[in-house]
Amino acid sequence: MVPFFFAYFALVCVAAGVLTVALRNPVHCGIALLALLGHMAGLFVLLNAEFLAAVQIIIYAGAILILYLFVLMLLNLKTEERVLHRRYAWYIIGVGAVTVELLLVLLASSYAGVKGEAAEAVQAVGNSTAIGILMFSDYLLPFEIVGVFLLGAIVGAIVLAKTPAQADLEEGR
Amino acid sequence: MVPVEAYVTVSAILFVTGLVGVLIRRNFIIVLMAIEIMLNAANLNLVAFAHHLDSLAGQVVALFVIAIAAGEAAVGLAIIIVVFRGKLATNVDQINLLKW
Repeated sequence: MVPFFFAYFALVCVAAGVLTVALRNPVHCGIALLALLGHMAGLFVLLNAEFLAAVQIIIYAGAILILYLFVLMLLNLKTEERVLHRRYAWYIIGVGAVTVELLLVLLASSYAGVKGEAAEAVQAVGNSTAIGILMFSDYLLPFEIVGVFLLGAIVGAIVLAKTPAQADLEEGR
Repeated sequence: MVPVEAYVTVSAILFVTGLVGVLIRRNFIIVLMAIEIMLNAANLNLVAFAHHLDSLAGQVVALFVIAIAAGEAAVGLAIIIVVFRGKLATNVDQINLLKW
């Protein structure tokens, strides 16, 4: 059953990714990105990362994508006549060649490594609790840094997007 | 049981799709969406190897990547709004003020 679901999620992920890049209407691209994010959450569930799947749906599909769609509709973009950089189109060949080479090297190598003990931790307290314990112990410093980063991003976004006051415009600021 | 190689392959294909999108699209918002695809491909890799190596570290780092993606989207879209207000353009070719 798992391989069947994996094939479905993987195929839809790749197809939605290609559509996101290839479609002309930006809103359609956003919808294709939504499909990609939802099926990526399915892949996370197959990998026993249930908490991450929920976060993926809530934050990516629920917050980030809505932000994109808001901006798209705010700017009222028309479908472009010329969407692609013809100058850079031949980069695709190089990118494809490098990818095939990388994949050949990757798939031929063995993925050995030190096994952790996630299975016991998850079985003892559950996926979300195990991640929470890890995040507030071993990864406390990155967690705090991400918190400060998000605060800076929020303040920066508000300052950037704020409509300048008329007085500021007249003073040339 | 799906081998980890399958997840790595899907992740690589998605990453290249995003990379091609960044290279060939002219609309700045679509370029940001392509960057989101690349971040998602990296997340899939992290979670696949966390599963394979029976460790939770990959999942925690993937959570951080999602948080960074949220901040990047907010700031990037704010920059688009500012540029669009002054120039009425979202085409990356026309946004060249910082180019020397």
